Amino acid sequence: MSGERYSFFSLLRETLRGHTGWKPAWRKAAPQKAYDIVIVGGGGHGLATAYYLARRYGLTKIAVVEKGWIGGGNVGRNTTIVRSNYLLPGNVPFYEQSMKLWEGLEQDINYNAMVSQRGVLNLFHNDAQRNAYIRRGNAMRLNGVDAELLNREAVRAKLPFLDFDNARFPIQGGLLQRRGGTVRHDAVAWGYARAADRLGVDIIENCEVQGIRVHDGHVTGLETTRGFIGARKIGLACAGNSSRVAAMAGLRLPIESHVLQAFVSEGLKPFIDCVATFGAGHFYVSQSDKGGLVFGGDIDGYNSYAQRGNLPVVEDVLEGGMALMPRIGRVRLLRQWGGIMDMSMDGSPIIDRTSVGGLYLNAGWCYGGFKATPASGLCFAHLLARDEPHAVATAYRLDRFGKGAVIDEKGMGAQPNLH
Amino acid sequence: MRLTCPHCGPRGLEEFSYRGDATVRRPSLEAPEEDWIAYVYLRDNPCGAHKELWYHGSGCRAWLVVERNTLTHAVHSVNAVSVEDAP
Repeated sequence: MSGERYSFFSLLRETLRGHTGWKPAWRKAAPQKAYDIVIVGGGGHGLATAYYLARRYGLTKIAVVEKGWIGGGNVGRNTTIVRSNYLLPGNVPFYEQSMKLWEGLEQDINYNAMVSQRGVLNLFHNDAQRNAYIRRGNAMRLNGVDAELLNREAVRAKLPFLDFDNARFPIQGGLLQRRGGTVRHDAVAWGYARAADRLGVDIIENCEVQGIRVHDGHVTGLETTRGFIGARKIGLACAGNSSRVAAMAGLRLPIESHVLQAFVSEGLKPFIDCVATFGAGHFYVSQSDKGGLVFGGDIDGYNSYAQRGNLPVVEDVLEGGMALMPRIGRVRLLRQWGGIMDMSMDGSPIIDRTSVGGLYLNAGWCYGGFKATPASGLCFAHLLARDEPHAVATAYRLDRFGKGAVIDEKGMGAQPNLH
Repeated sequence: MRLTCPHCGPRGLEEFSYRGDATVRRPSLEAPEEDWIAYVYLRDNPCGAHKELWYHGSGCRAWLVVERNTLTHAVHSVNAVSVEDAP
Protein backbone atom coordinates (compact mmCIF):
# COMPACT_ATOMS: atom_id res chain seq x y z
CA MET A 1 0.00 0.00 0.00
CA SER A 2 2.02 2.94 -1.18
CA GLY A 3 1.20 6.56 -0.57
CA GLU A 4 2.80 7.89 -3.74
CA ARG A 5 -0.57 8.82 -5.19
CA TYR A 6 -1.21 11.33 -2.46
CA SER A 7 1.66 13.52 -1.31
CA PHE A 8 2.51 17.15 -0.88
CA PHE A 9 3.98 17.15 -4.37
CA SER A 10 0.98 15.46 -6.01
CA LEU A 11 -1.28 17.99 -4.29
CA LEU A 12 0.88 20.85 -5.54
CA ARG A 13 0.97 19.40 -9.05
CA GLU A 14 -2.79 18.96 -9.16
CA THR A 15 -3.37 22.42 -7.76
CA LEU A 16 -1.40 23.85 -10.67
CA ARG A 17 -3.33 21.85 -13.25
CA GLY A 18 -6.80 22.42 -11.84
CA HIS A 19 -7.19 19.00 -10.19
CA THR A 20 -7.72 17.31 -13.53
CA GLY A 21 -5.20 14.51 -13.00
CA TRP A 22 -6.63 12.61 -10.02
CA LYS A 23 -7.37 8.97 -10.76
CA PRO A 24 -10.31 6.99 -9.33
CA ALA A 25 -9.44 5.38 -6.00
CA TRP A 26 -10.72 1.98 -7.13
CA ARG A 27 -11.35 0.25 -10.45
CA LYS A 28 -14.78 -0.02 -12.04
CA ALA A 29 -14.60 -3.79 -12.32
CA ALA A 30 -16.71 -5.76 -14.80
CA PRO A 31 -17.83 -9.19 -13.63
CA GLN A 32 -15.62 -12.13 -14.55
CA LYS A 33 -17.13 -15.51 -15.35
CA ALA A 34 -16.54 -17.02 -11.93
CA TYR A 35 -15.01 -16.30 -8.54
CA ASP A 36 -14.03 -18.35 -5.52
CA ILE A 37 -16.09 -16.12 -3.24
CA VAL A 38 -18.73 -13.55 -4.11
CA ILE A 39 -19.97 -11.15 -1.43
CA VAL A 40 -23.47 -9.79 -2.01
CA GLY A 41 -23.69 -6.21 -0.75
CA GLY A 42 -21.16 -3.41 -1.23
CA GLY A 43 -21.72 -1.75 2.09
CA GLY A 44 -19.39 -1.48 5.04
CA HIS A 45 -19.72 -5.12 6.06
CA GLY A 46 -19.39 -6.54 2.56
CA LEU A 47 -16.36 -4.43 1.66
CA ALA A 48 -14.71 -5.16 5.02
CA THR A 49 -15.30 -8.87 4.47
CA ALA A 50 -13.69 -8.73 1.04
CA TYR A 51 -10.74 -6.75 2.40
CA TYR A 52 -10.04 -9.17 5.27
CA LEU A 53 -10.48 -12.18 2.97
CA ALA A 54 -7.74 -10.82 0.74
CA ARG A 55 -5.53 -9.33 3.43
CA ARG A 56 -5.69 -11.72 6.35
CA TYR A 57 -6.72 -14.96 4.70
CA GLY A 58 -4.73 -14.49 1.52
CA LEU A 59 -7.55 -15.36 -0.83
CA THR A 60 -7.82 -14.09 -4.38
CA LYS A 61 -10.62 -14.27 -6.94
CA ILE A 62 -13.07 -12.39 -4.75
CA ALA A 63 -15.88 -10.11 -5.92
CA VAL A 64 -18.29 -7.79 -4.18
CA VAL A 65 -21.56 -7.24 -6.06
CA GLU A 66 -23.67 -4.22 -5.22
CA LYS A 67 -27.07 -3.33 -6.67
CA GLY A 68 -26.41 0.43 -6.61
CA TRP A 69 -23.18 2.22 -5.77
CA ILE A 70 -21.02 1.15 -2.86
CA GLY A 71 -21.70 2.69 0.52
CA GLY A 72 -25.18 3.85 -0.51
CA GLY A 73 -27.09 1.85 2.08
CA ASN A 74 -26.80 1.87 5.83
CA VAL A 75 -23.08 2.64 5.99
CA GLY A 76 -24.05 6.00 4.50
CA ARG A 77 -27.17 6.41 6.64
CA ASN A 78 -26.09 5.80 10.22
CA THR A 79 -25.15 8.18 13.04
CA THR A 80 -21.45 7.15 12.97
CA ILE A 81 -21.16 5.98 16.58
CA VAL A 82 -18.71 3.26 17.63
CA ARG A 83 -18.71 1.68 21.10
CA SER A 84 -18.37 -1.70 22.80
CA ASN A 85 -20.49 -1.16 25.93
CA TYR A 86 -22.38 -4.43 25.78
CA LEU A 87 -23.51 -6.68 28.60
CA LEU A 88 -23.93 -10.28 27.43
CA PRO A 89 -21.08 -12.78 26.99
CA GLY A 90 -21.94 -13.47 23.34
CA ASN A 91 -21.68 -9.80 22.47
CA VAL A 92 -18.90 -8.18 24.54
CA PRO A 93 -15.85 -9.92 23.01
CA PHE A 94 -17.17 -9.36 19.49
CA TYR A 95 -17.80 -5.65 19.87
CA GLU A 96 -14.50 -5.19 21.72
CA GLN A 97 -12.75 -6.89 18.81
CA SER A 98 -14.48 -4.36 16.59
CA MET A 99 -13.36 -1.48 18.82
CA LYS A 100 -9.75 -2.67 18.61
CA LEU A 101 -9.98 -2.88 14.82
CA TRP A 102 -11.38 0.67 14.70
CA GLU A 103 -8.40 1.84 16.71
CA GLY A 104 -5.97 0.50 14.09
CA LEU A 105 -8.17 0.94 11.03
CA GLU A 106 -6.60 4.01 9.49
CA GLN A 107 -3.08 2.55 9.56
CA ASP A 108 -4.41 -0.78 8.37
CA ILE A 109 -6.20 0.50 5.27
CA ASN A 110 -4.14 3.69 4.85
CA TYR A 111 -7.21 5.90 4.76
CA ASN A 112 -8.28 8.77 6.99
CA ALA A 113 -11.56 7.54 8.47
CA MET A 114 -11.58 10.30 11.09
CA VAL A 115 -11.74 7.84 13.97
CA SER A 116 -12.51 10.05 16.94
CA GLN A 117 -12.50 8.41 20.39
CA ARG A 118 -14.41 11.18 22.04
CA GLY A 119 -16.23 8.94 24.51
CA VAL A 120 -19.75 7.55 24.73
CA LEU A 121 -21.72 8.63 27.81
CA ASN A 122 -24.93 6.79 28.76
CA LEU A 123 -26.85 8.91 31.27
CA PHE A 124 -28.95 7.44 34.08
CA HIS A 125 -31.80 9.09 35.90
CA ASN A 126 -32.73 6.86 38.85
CA ASP A 127 -31.29 4.27 41.24
CA ALA A 128 -32.41 1.24 39.24
CA GLN A 129 -30.75 2.57 36.11
CA ARG A 130 -27.56 3.31 38.02
CA ASN A 131 -27.49 -0.28 39.29
CA ALA A 132 -28.05 -1.56 35.76
CA TYR A 133 -25.18 0.57 34.46
CA ILE A 134 -22.89 -0.52 37.28
CA ARG A 135 -23.63 -4.10 36.29
CA ARG A 136 -22.99 -3.32 32.63
CA GLY A 137 -19.77 -1.48 33.46
CA ASN A 138 -18.56 -4.41 35.54
CA ALA A 139 -19.38 -6.86 32.75
CA MET A 140 -17.40 -4.69 30.35
CA ARG A 141 -14.37 -4.42 32.67
CA LEU A 142 -14.38 -8.18 33.28
CA ASN A 143 -13.98 -8.50 29.52
CA GLY A 144 -11.17 -5.97 29.38
CA VAL A 145 -13.32 -3.13 28.05
CA ASP A 146 -12.93 0.33 29.57
CA ALA A 147 -15.90 1.63 31.54
CA GLU A 148 -16.15 4.44 34.02
CA LEU A 149 -19.07 5.44 36.22
CA LEU A 150 -19.51 9.20 36.46
CA ASN A 151 -21.48 10.83 39.24
CA ARG A 152 -23.70 13.83 38.74
CA GLU A 153 -20.91 16.35 39.30
CA ALA A 154 -18.59 14.65 36.88
CA VAL A 155 -21.30 14.68 34.21
CA ARG A 156 -22.01 18.32 34.99
CA ALA A 157 -18.36 19.20 34.50
CA LYS A 158 -18.42 17.50 31.10
CA LEU A 159 -21.82 18.66 29.82
CA PRO A 160 -22.93 21.60 32.01
CA PHE A 161 -25.86 22.56 29.80
CA LEU A 162 -27.92 19.39 30.32
CA ASP A 163 -31.19 19.64 32.23
CA PHE A 164 -29.89 18.13 35.48
CA ASP A 165 -32.90 19.13 37.58
CA ASN A 166 -35.57 17.97 35.17
CA ALA A 167 -38.63 17.33 37.36
CA ARG A 168 -39.28 13.85 35.98
CA PHE A 169 -35.86 12.67 34.86
CA PRO A 170 -33.11 14.37 36.90
CA ILE A 171 -29.65 13.31 35.70
CA GLN A 172 -27.91 11.25 38.39
CA GLY A 173 -24.78 10.29 36.49
CA GLY A 174 -23.60 8.25 33.56
CA LEU A 175 -21.58 5.30 32.32
CA LEU A 176 -18.71 6.50 30.16
CA GLN A 177 -16.69 4.49 27.67
CA ARG A 178 -13.82 6.79 26.79
CA ARG A 179 -12.63 4.65 23.88
CA GLY A 180 -16.00 4.91 22.17
CA GLY A 181 -16.71 7.74 19.77
CA THR A 182 -17.47 8.41 16.13
CA VAL A 183 -16.00 7.49 12.75
CA ARG A 184 -16.58 9.16 9.39
CA HIS A 185 -18.97 6.58 7.97
CA ASP A 186 -18.52 7.14 4.22
CA ALA A 187 -14.77 7.00 4.61
CA VAL A 188 -15.12 3.51 6.09
CA ALA A 189 -16.81 2.27 2.92
CA TRP A 190 -14.38 4.11 0.62
CA GLY A 191 -11.32 3.11 2.64
CA TYR A 192 -12.20 -0.58 2.68
CA ALA A 193 -13.14 -0.42 -1.00
CA ARG A 194 -9.81 1.12 -2.01
CA ALA A 195 -7.81 -1.25 0.18
CA ALA A 196 -9.71 -4.30 -1.11
CA ASP A 197 -9.41 -3.13 -4.71
CA ARG A 198 -5.64 -2.84 -4.40
CA LEU A 199 -5.52 -6.43 -3.20
CA GLY A 200 -7.30 -7.52 -6.38
CA VAL A 201 -10.92 -7.68 -5.20
CA ASP A 202 -13.41 -6.88 -7.97
CA ILE A 203 -15.99 -4.36 -6.77
CA ILE A 204 -18.90 -4.64 -9.19
CA GLU A 205 -21.41 -1.81 -8.86
CA ASN A 206 -24.87 -1.55 -10.44
CA CYS A 207 -25.13 -5.31 -10.32
CA GLU A 208 -28.31 -6.44 -8.59
CA VAL A 209 -28.69 -10.06 -7.58
CA GLN A 210 -31.87 -11.56 -9.03
CA GLY A 211 -31.40 -15.21 -8.18
CA ILE A 212 -29.13 -17.66 -6.41
CA ARG A 213 -28.39 -20.76 -8.47
CA VAL A 214 -28.27 -23.95 -6.39
CA HIS A 215 -27.32 -27.38 -7.70
CA ASP A 216 -27.51 -30.52 -5.55
CA GLY A 217 -27.87 -28.44 -2.41
CA HIS A 218 -24.78 -26.33 -3.15
CA VAL A 219 -24.57 -22.85 -4.63
CA THR A 220 -23.07 -22.50 -8.10
CA GLY A 221 -23.46 -18.78 -8.66
CA LEU A 222 -25.63 -15.70 -8.88
CA GLU A 223 -28.07 -14.47 -11.49
CA THR A 224 -27.54 -10.74 -11.69
CA THR A 225 -28.54 -7.77 -13.82
CA ARG A 226 -25.05 -8.05 -15.35
CA GLY A 227 -25.37 -11.73 -16.17
CA PHE A 228 -24.54 -14.98 -14.40
CA ILE A 229 -21.56 -14.92 -12.03
CA GLY A 230 -20.24 -18.29 -10.93
CA ALA A 231 -19.19 -18.70 -7.30
CA ARG A 232 -17.94 -21.54 -5.12
CA LYS A 233 -19.05 -19.67 -2.03
CA ILE A 234 -21.50 -16.81 -1.61
CA GLY A 235 -21.60 -14.50 1.40
CA LEU A 236 -24.71 -12.41 1.96
CA ALA A 237 -23.94 -9.07 3.61
CA CYS A 238 -27.01 -7.12 2.59
CA ALA A 239 -28.61 -6.15 5.89
CA GLY A 240 -31.93 -4.42 5.38
CA ASN A 241 -32.66 -6.73 2.47
CA SER A 242 -31.35 -10.02 3.91
CA SER A 243 -34.79 -11.66 3.88
CA ARG A 244 -35.33 -10.83 0.21
CA VAL A 245 -31.98 -12.15 -0.95
CA ALA A 246 -32.05 -15.24 1.29
CA ALA A 247 -35.52 -16.03 -0.06
CA MET A 248 -33.89 -16.52 -3.49
CA ALA A 249 -32.26 -19.62 -2.01
CA GLY A 250 -35.48 -20.72 -0.34
CA LEU A 251 -34.55 -19.54 3.16
CA ARG A 252 -36.81 -17.82 5.70
CA LEU A 253 -34.94 -15.77 8.28
CA PRO A 254 -35.71 -14.71 11.86
CA ILE A 255 -35.67 -11.10 10.68
CA GLU A 256 -38.08 -8.24 10.03
CA SER A 257 -37.03 -5.13 8.09
CA HIS A 258 -37.76 -1.88 9.93
CA VAL A 259 -37.06 1.78 9.25
CA LEU A 260 -34.82 3.82 11.57
CA GLN A 261 -34.64 7.59 11.23
CA ALA A 262 -31.70 9.89 11.89
CA PHE A 263 -31.33 13.65 11.96
CA VAL A 264 -28.77 16.42 11.48
CA SER A 265 -29.21 19.99 12.65
CA GLU A 266 -27.74 23.15 11.16
CA GLY A 267 -24.07 23.77 11.97
CA LEU A 268 -23.33 25.11 15.46
CA LYS A 269 -20.22 26.11 17.35
CA PRO A 270 -18.66 23.15 19.16
CA PHE A 271 -20.45 22.50 22.43
CA ILE A 272 -20.80 18.75 22.87
CA ASP A 273 -17.51 16.85 22.80
CA CYS A 274 -18.75 13.27 23.27
CA VAL A 275 -21.64 11.01 22.33
CA ALA A 276 -24.42 11.38 24.92
CA THR A 277 -27.47 9.19 25.32
CA PHE A 278 -30.63 10.06 27.24
CA GLY A 279 -31.59 7.31 29.69
CA ALA A 280 -35.26 8.17 30.10
CA GLY A 281 -36.26 8.29 26.46
CA HIS A 282 -34.65 7.15 23.27
CA PHE A 283 -32.39 9.98 22.15
CA TYR A 284 -28.66 10.10 21.49
CA VAL A 285 -26.55 12.90 20.10
CA SER A 286 -23.07 13.82 18.95
CA GLN A 287 -21.70 16.81 17.09
CA SER A 288 -20.07 16.36 13.70
CA ASP A 289 -16.86 18.10 12.70
CA LYS A 290 -18.95 20.43 10.55
CA GLY A 291 -20.86 21.43 13.68
CA GLY A 292 -24.20 19.78 13.02
CA LEU A 293 -25.85 17.83 15.79
CA VAL A 294 -26.23 14.24 14.66
CA PHE A 295 -28.98 12.50 16.56
CA GLY A 296 -31.55 9.75 16.49
CA GLY A 297 -33.83 7.57 18.55
CA ASP A 298 -36.05 4.54 18.17
CA ILE A 299 -37.03 2.64 15.06
CA ASP A 300 -40.49 3.49 13.72
CA GLY A 301 -41.68 0.04 14.76
CA TYR A 302 -43.45 -1.43 11.72
CA ASN A 303 -42.18 -3.50 8.79
CA SER A 304 -40.76 -1.17 6.16
CA TYR A 305 -38.44 -1.10 3.16
CA ALA A 306 -39.17 2.56 2.46
CA GLN A 307 -35.98 4.30 3.71
CA ARG A 308 -38.19 7.04 5.14
CA GLY A 309 -40.17 7.16 8.36
CA ASN A 310 -43.16 8.90 9.84
CA LEU A 311 -43.74 11.95 12.00
CA PRO A 312 -44.63 10.39 15.40
CA VAL A 313 -41.06 9.14 15.79
CA VAL A 314 -39.66 12.51 14.67
CA GLU A 315 -41.70 14.16 17.43
CA ASP A 316 -40.66 11.52 19.95
CA VAL A 317 -36.95 11.93 19.21
CA LEU A 318 -37.10 15.72 19.35
CA GLU A 319 -39.03 15.60 22.63
CA GLY A 320 -36.27 13.43 24.04
CA GLY A 321 -33.70 15.95 22.86
CA MET A 322 -35.58 18.84 24.43
CA ALA A 323 -35.95 16.98 27.72
CA LEU A 324 -32.22 16.32 27.84
CA MET A 325 -30.87 19.66 26.61
CA PRO A 326 -33.45 22.43 26.36
CA ARG A 327 -30.90 24.76 24.75
CA ILE A 328 -31.43 23.09 21.36
CA GLY A 329 -34.99 24.44 21.26
CA ARG A 330 -34.23 27.11 18.66
CA VAL A 331 -31.91 24.99 16.56
CA ARG A 332 -33.20 24.21 13.08
CA LEU A 333 -33.27 20.74 11.63
CA LEU A 334 -31.19 20.47 8.47
CA ARG A 335 -31.76 16.93 7.27
CA GLN A 336 -33.64 13.82 8.26
CA TRP A 337 -33.59 10.41 6.62
CA GLY A 338 -34.33 6.73 7.14
CA GLY A 339 -32.48 3.46 6.69
CA ILE A 340 -33.72 -0.12 6.63
CA MET A 341 -32.62 -2.32 9.51
CA ASP A 342 -32.49 -6.10 9.70
CA MET A 343 -34.31 -6.40 13.04
CA SER A 344 -33.60 -9.90 14.29
CA MET A 345 -35.79 -11.78 16.73
CA ASP A 346 -33.41 -11.33 19.68
CA GLY A 347 -31.76 -8.04 18.74
CA SER A 348 -28.39 -9.66 17.94
CA PRO A 349 -26.72 -10.42 14.61
CA ILE A 350 -26.17 -13.64 12.67
CA ILE A 351 -22.83 -14.69 11.14
CA ASP A 352 -23.20 -18.30 10.14
CA ARG A 353 -23.51 -20.97 7.50
CA THR A 354 -26.97 -21.69 6.11
CA SER A 355 -28.71 -24.95 5.20
CA VAL A 356 -27.61 -24.38 1.57
CA GLY A 357 -24.06 -25.54 0.85
CA GLY A 358 -21.64 -22.69 0.15
CA LEU A 359 -24.14 -20.01 1.19
CA TYR A 360 -23.12 -17.92 4.20
CA LEU A 361 -25.12 -15.31 6.03
CA ASN A 362 -24.12 -12.03 7.68
CA ALA A 363 -27.37 -10.40 8.80
CA GLY A 364 -29.61 -9.21 11.60
CA TRP A 365 -27.55 -6.17 12.66
CA CYS A 366 -30.60 -4.29 13.94
CA TYR A 367 -29.64 -0.64 14.39
CA GLY A 368 -26.09 -1.44 15.55
CA GLY A 369 -24.37 -2.50 12.38
CA PHE A 370 -22.01 0.42 11.84
CA LYS A 371 -19.93 -0.01 15.00
CA ALA A 372 -19.60 -3.71 14.15
CA THR A 373 -18.28 -3.14 10.62
CA PRO A 374 -14.61 -4.19 11.07
CA ALA A 375 -15.29 -7.21 13.31
CA SER A 376 -18.22 -8.25 11.16
CA GLY A 377 -15.95 -8.20 8.12
CA LEU A 378 -13.18 -10.06 9.93
CA CYS A 379 -15.46 -12.74 11.39
CA PHE A 380 -17.38 -13.22 8.15
CA ALA A 381 -14.11 -13.50 6.25
CA HIS A 382 -12.90 -16.08 8.78
CA LEU A 383 -16.10 -18.09 8.36
CA LEU A 384 -15.92 -17.93 4.55
CA ALA A 385 -12.22 -18.83 4.43
CA ARG A 386 -12.00 -21.47 7.15
CA ASP A 387 -15.59 -22.71 7.26
CA GLU A 388 -15.66 -22.32 11.03
CA PRO A 389 -16.79 -19.38 13.16
CA HIS A 390 -14.26 -16.83 14.40
CA ALA A 391 -13.57 -17.15 18.15
CA VAL A 392 -15.45 -13.93 19.00
CA ALA A 393 -18.49 -14.72 16.85
CA THR A 394 -19.34 -18.26 17.94
CA ALA A 395 -22.62 -17.16 19.53
CA TYR A 396 -24.02 -15.58 16.35
CA ARG A 397 -25.47 -18.83 15.04
CA LEU A 398 -28.52 -19.04 12.86
CA ASP A 399 -29.90 -22.01 14.82
CA ARG A 400 -29.68 -20.29 18.21
CA PHE A 401 -33.35 -19.32 18.03
CA GLY A 402 -34.59 -22.89 17.84
CA LYS A 403 -32.12 -24.00 20.50
CA GLY A 404 -33.05 -21.33 23.03
CA ALA A 405 -29.57 -19.78 22.94
CA VAL A 406 -30.82 -16.32 22.02
CA ILE A 407 -28.70 -13.23 22.83
CA ASP A 408 -31.33 -10.79 24.01
CA GLU A 409 -29.57 -7.67 25.38
CA LYS A 410 -32.86 -5.93 26.06
CA GLY A 411 -34.84 -8.95 27.23
CA MET A 412 -37.73 -8.23 24.91
CA GLY A 413 -38.39 -11.70 23.45
CA ALA A 414 -39.21 -12.53 19.85
CA GLN A 415 -40.65 -9.12 19.00
CA PRO A 416 -38.26 -7.33 16.61
CA ASN A 417 -39.71 -3.84 16.96
CA LEU A 418 -38.99 -3.82 20.71
CA HIS A 419 -35.25 -4.47 20.47
CA MET B 1 -48.98 7.31 7.34
CA ARG B 2 -52.42 7.29 8.96
CA LEU B 3 -54.71 4.36 9.65
CA THR B 4 -58.47 4.52 9.20
CA CYS B 5 -59.81 2.57 12.15
CA PRO B 6 -63.15 0.90 11.27
CA HIS B 7 -64.50 2.07 14.63
CA CYS B 8 -62.90 5.51 15.08
CA GLY B 9 -62.15 6.82 11.58
CA PRO B 10 -58.79 8.18 10.34
CA ARG B 11 -56.26 8.52 13.16
CA GLY B 12 -52.57 9.34 13.52
CA LEU B 13 -50.00 6.60 13.84
CA GLU B 14 -49.10 7.56 17.42
CA GLU B 15 -52.43 6.08 18.62
CA PHE B 16 -51.50 2.58 17.43
CA SER B 17 -48.96 -0.02 18.33
CA TYR B 18 -47.63 -2.74 16.09
CA ARG B 19 -47.61 -6.49 16.62
CA GLY B 20 -46.29 -7.87 13.31
CA ASP B 21 -47.13 -10.32 10.55
CA ALA B 22 -50.83 -11.32 10.69
CA THR B 23 -50.40 -14.41 8.53
CA VAL B 24 -48.41 -16.58 10.96
CA ARG B 25 -50.55 -19.31 12.48
CA ARG B 26 -50.07 -21.13 15.76
CA PRO B 27 -49.32 -24.81 15.00
CA SER B 28 -51.26 -27.61 16.61
CA LEU B 29 -49.95 -28.89 19.95
CA GLU B 30 -48.84 -32.12 18.24
CA ALA B 31 -46.94 -30.28 15.50
CA PRO B 32 -43.19 -30.99 15.25
CA GLU B 33 -40.72 -28.64 16.93
CA GLU B 34 -39.66 -27.09 13.60
CA ASP B 35 -43.19 -25.76 13.08
CA TRP B 36 -43.12 -24.08 16.47
CA ILE B 37 -39.70 -22.56 15.85
CA ALA B 38 -40.95 -21.23 12.53
CA TYR B 39 -44.09 -19.84 14.17
CA VAL B 40 -42.19 -17.97 16.87
CA TYR B 41 -39.12 -16.83 14.95
CA LEU B 42 -39.33 -17.02 11.15
CA ARG B 43 -41.03 -14.39 8.99
CA ASP B 44 -41.54 -13.87 5.25
CA ASN B 45 -40.69 -10.17 5.68
CA PRO B 46 -41.92 -9.20 2.20
CA CYS B 47 -41.01 -6.02 0.35
CA GLY B 48 -44.48 -5.01 -0.88
CA ALA B 49 -47.92 -6.15 0.28
CA HIS B 50 -47.94 -7.12 3.95
CA LYS B 51 -50.81 -8.21 6.19
CA GLU B 52 -50.14 -7.15 9.76
CA LEU B 53 -51.67 -6.74 13.22
CA TRP B 54 -52.04 -3.30 14.83
CA TYR B 55 -53.59 -2.41 18.18
CA HIS B 56 -55.55 0.83 18.61
CA GLY B 57 -54.37 1.37 22.18
CA SER B 58 -55.09 5.10 22.39
CA GLY B 59 -58.48 4.75 20.72
CA CYS B 60 -61.05 1.97 20.76
CA ARG B 61 -58.48 -0.64 21.91
CA ALA B 62 -59.45 -2.94 19.07
CA TRP B 63 -57.02 -5.24 17.29
CA LEU B 64 -56.90 -4.50 13.59
CA VAL B 65 -55.68 -6.33 10.50
CA VAL B 66 -53.98 -3.85 8.17
CA GLU B 67 -52.96 -4.55 4.59
CA ARG B 68 -50.14 -2.21 3.74
CA ASN B 69 -47.30 -1.89 1.25
CA THR B 70 -43.98 -2.01 3.10
CA LEU B 71 -42.14 -0.28 0.25
CA THR B 72 -44.50 2.68 -0.25
CA HIS B 73 -46.34 2.73 3.12
CA ALA B 74 -49.65 2.84 1.17
CA VAL B 75 -52.45 1.40 3.33
CA HIS B 76 -54.84 -0.80 1.35
CA SER B 77 -57.29 -1.88 4.02
CA VAL B 78 -57.91 -1.76 7.78
CA ASN B 79 -60.33 -4.25 9.27
CA ALA B 80 -61.29 -5.33 12.75
CA VAL B 81 -59.67 -8.64 13.56
CA SER B 82 -61.91 -11.68 13.00
CA VAL B 83 -61.80 -15.22 14.32
CA GLU B 84 -60.00 -16.40 11.18
CA ASP B 85 -57.27 -13.84 11.80
CA ALA B 86 -56.45 -15.14 15.27
CA PRO B 87 -52.86 -16.34 15.28
